[in-house]
Amino acid sequence: MRKDEYLIEKNGNKYEVVIGLEVHAQVLSESKLFSNSATKFGSEPNTQVSLVDAAFPGMLPVINEYCIRQAIKTGIGLNAKINKKSIFDRKNYFYADLPQGYQISQYKNPIVGEGSVILDLLSGPKTIGIERLHLEQDAGKSIHDIDPGSTLVDLNRSGVALMEIVSKPDLRSPEEVNLYIKKLRSIMRYLGTCDGNMEEGSLRADVNVSVRKVGNDKLGTRCEIKNVNSIKFMQMAIEYEANRQAELLEEGGLVDQETRLFDTKKNQTRSMRSKEDAHDYRYFPDPDLLPLEFNDEFIENVKKEIPELPDQKKNRFIEKFKLSPYEATILVSDLETSKYFEKVIKNSDVKLSANWITGELFALLNEKNVEINKSPVSPENLSKLINLISDGTISGKIAKTVFVEMSNGNMDPKQIVIDKGLKQQSNPKELEKIIEKVISENPKNIEKYKSGKDKLFGFFVGEVMKASSGKANPKLVNDILKKKL
Amino acid sequence: MTIDLKTVKHISKLSRISIDDQKAKKLEKDLTAIFKWIEKLNQLNTDNVKPLTSIAETTLRFRKDQIISKNIREDVLKNSPKDNKDYFVVPKVVE
Amino acid sequence: MTDLIDLTLTQLVKKIKSKDISSKDITSIYIERSKSSKKLNTYVEETFDEALENSKRFDASPDFQKKLPGIPLAVKDLFCTKNVKTTASSKILENFVPTYESTVTQNLWNSGAILLGKLNCDEFAMGSSNETSHFGNVISPIDDNLVPGGSSGGSASALAAKLTPATIGTDTGGSIRQPASFTGTVGLKPTYGSCSRYGIVAFASSLDQAGPMTRDVEDCALLLEVISSFDPKDSTSIDFKRPHYYSELNKNIKGKKIGIPKEYRVEDMPDEIEKLWEKGKEYLKDCGAEIIDISLPHTNYALPAYYIVAPAEASSNLARYDGVKYGFRVEGENLIDMYEKTRSQGFGDEVKRRIMIGTYVLSSGYYDAYYLKAQKVRKLIKNDFDDAFNKVDAILTPSTPSSAFKVGEKTDDPVSMYLNDIFTVPVNLAGLPGISIPAGLDKNNYPLGLQLIGKPFDEQGILDIAYSMEEKINFKFKTNDWWIK
Repeated sequence: MRKDEYLIEKNGNKYEVVIGLEVHAQVLSESKLFSNSATKFGSEPNTQVSLVDAAFPGMLPVINEYCIRQAIKTGIGLNAKINKKSIFDRKNYFYADLPQGYQISQYKNPIVGEGSVILDLLSGPKTIGIERLHLEQDAGKSIHDIDPGSTLVDLNRSGVALMEIVSKPDLRSPEEVNLYIKKLRSIMRYLGTCDGNMEEGSLRADVNVSVRKVGNDKLGTRCEIKNVNSIKFMQMAIEYEANRQAELLEEGGLVDQETRLFDTKKNQTRSMRSKEDAHDYRYFPDPDLLPLEFNDEFIENVKKEIPELPDQKKNRFIEKFKLSPYEATILVSDLETSKYFEKVIKNSDVKLSANWITGELFALLNEKNVEINKSPVSPENLSKLINLISDGTISGKIAKTVFVEMSNGNMDPKQIVIDKGLKQQSNPKELEKIIEKVISENPKNIEKYKSGKDKLFGFFVGEVMKASSGKANPKLVNDILKKKL
Repeated sequence: MTIDLKTVKHISKLSRISIDDQKAKKLEKDLTAIFKWIEKLNQLNTDNVKPLTSIAETTLRFRKDQIISKNIREDVLKNSPKDNKDYFVVPKVVE
Repeated sequence: MTDLIDLTLTQLVKKIKSKDISSKDITSIYIERSKSSKKLNTYVEETFDEALENSKRFDASPDFQKKLPGIPLAVKDLFCTKNVKTTASSKILENFVPTYESTVTQNLWNSGAILLGKLNCDEFAMGSSNETSHFGNVISPIDDNLVPGGSSGGSASALAAKLTPATIGTDTGGSIRQPASFTGTVGLKPTYGSCSRYGIVAFASSLDQAGPMTRDVEDCALLLEVISSFDPKDSTSIDFKRPHYYSELNKNIKGKKIGIPKEYRVEDMPDEIEKLWEKGKEYLKDCGAEIIDISLPHTNYALPAYYIVAPAEASSNLARYDGVKYGFRVEGENLIDMYEKTRSQGFGDEVKRRIMIGTYVLSSGYYDAYYLKAQKVRKLIKNDFDDAFNKVDAILTPSTPSSAFKVGEKTDDPVSMYLNDIFTVPVNLAGLPGISIPAGLDKNNYPLGLQLIGKPFDEQGILDIAYSMEEKINFKFKTNDWWIK
């Protein structure tokens, strides 16, 4: 078994890396958290901005019920405590893309409290604690590279609902961070609460990193790396930051608690703000809003909309279909994969389906760099292919040839088998002819076989397959060969 | 409680309002007087009092998730001090 | 025709409905009088031409079912009015033209009223004498060089000078009732949540309420009926069954219990105010009401608590005035420089002072000592009123601790200016309805008012009591139009 341990070594001293994440996940909703303008990504600048989003005088926030339900759903998906009363606060700071001069967020009383997420590490499951989840507004976008003399501001994103999901400092390596983000994303995609699209910025994270000598219980001083928008960058940032901090400590220095930025060009983190300009957010309850309250019935109604989640699905796959935990983990990790799998197994052998999806299909998707929901081979056709194997029409080997054909335009495997004449040779008489020919052409090997070289049996099978262009039914070939020899 | 000059300057920085020394001195005097008066509140023991969070004794009303505000870019940008038909414009920000 | 100017709002409505007078006639009269009253500096934006057009349009197809048929009205410049400049009497909004209408003014226009123009006020409604306006002091028609009170000083002055038959103001700590008291007019601050705050330039969200300012109690009931409405666009708007304040107005207050809070007998209160209060009690007894001594023990702490809560909210509400989206901007070397210059030059001294107070009380390390403390005191004040209203139906107090003062008299001493609101502020802190009615004159012949405070949503109750008292008081005050050449 491989080890999950990740330590930084400096001058023979080993450092453990302690990581906590604040993930900002954009809530999937039609309209914004406190205003009724659209949330669609990629629209023309400032075309999805209401008077509320641009903070015109006298404009007031009114909360979107759906966003509340989405937060509760996500909280349930994180096995977390749902707080029936929570408060919206104002976080005050000035920035060009923050029209109100404050962000409406939840400070002391979030909508969701403590929960947990389970990661499947090589060494087994590990539970990562969730500190809280709260709802807040997204800011707009400052664009620095269009106008050489000025910064331009697009407020389309201003006011879109975000869930900030804060983990406990339970993560210990870049790989755990990778698994954590993927698991969170998977849960939210199952729930339909966040599309998890990191390229579009709907999932990003602030990464808190500290190091401590192995064996030391006390947490080190942490640095917060702001707004990292890909798993790869998070991992690189952690690696750089952990090494920087360990080196600093080795030199007898101290880590400053500060906010840092990951420079994706240099692959380095750097200090973001000077101390003098330290933020004082002056949080206080937003007087334009009342306390957010709902009852048990409201929560129960939300619960009814919750589908089977990855962990439950995984357990079902293991118990019902006797899949290995490894296979099950892979098949449930992504909602679309699990959907695909469940479509294929409706009419096909489960074990074969699992093998084909995690093997040939994944390889194909990887090669073509497409998502499974855009797979060139539909689940229906893959199911047909698997059935052709199961009923002996074609061999597994031929099936791979057929699969390649299928991938060039999602063709029906049955048709391919007919068109290309790939149907398995299962006529005993025909096979006997071939076998006799092979025997007659290899007298030396027959002698060797008969004198006890049993392993040569495989050679004969191979020769027969070759002679039949791979179409011979392997089981029949075996049977007949044994008799003949 | 006196609000000294350093504090005045710090608050003015937080408020994003620049003040010259003369104004700062005036504010030092005014704010000190105001806070001396405000400090009357300390005579009152409020240890067991729950703070008031909202005067309307009801809870937050929900809105349906519907798009009502369509593209009103022209309206939104109409009053902006720097003319641009697509964006708000601010001095160059270096991150 | 001059006597038409003396008609109350309700009389005017009757005259229009009976076709004794047209909307155009009365609109022209008010326009002419307003034009010759520039000395009072009540208007910051005149829409006389449009008003005249609108009055003609009304006359062409009159709808006499409306509550304010073709009635010209000027309103405080804190209400956003579509396509009409709205400044909050601040330089920072000097060129701001909203593309939207506040709910309260929309209710006026929906009822048939016509906008005459926008009235001067203290900058962002911060002030008690209308001396903080960027557009200069407002002068009271009562006497030359006398302040009309504030912050709705332009409204009070225009109303008392008969430049508008009625008007609306906003009241955060007394901004309707104190100027009404100073100018011998009626002003009502409704229960928090009665009138929508949508489209009103915000000062302190948890305290702000719009309300009617009128020549008598009947007018006040009529105008309240028009502007009070439930508004889904304001999360703090309350959906309760609103009475027909005007048609239900009556003088039957027999058996009503009226509380007299001993804590309102403050040091240095002029004898004449004490006497006025006594007279008020007698009138009430004459009407069959019962006078009961009560205690509101935390009254003394209301003002200091208010001067924490209101500036704190204001400091955040005014963060949106940053030179980015609308309004005044001073160019700067960078974003921060632009902000600091814009806000420094765009806001007046009192506004800056309050923003600084608010920023300070919310800042790190001071939140608990100030803001939280103030919210606790606010709770105690609310509890005082709750207890009192277990015993009485309404409370009678003086409206102000003194009559109107001269321009410049208190500008150098902010605390003495703040003390002006000592009797009105507790009502805002507790979210209650309060009405000020003219009750007498001081030794200089300056008007003095009495305040009635009601239970939450019992505007009808205090209107009825005020209506009864009004008859007994029989307040007569006629200005000599000294400001008209």
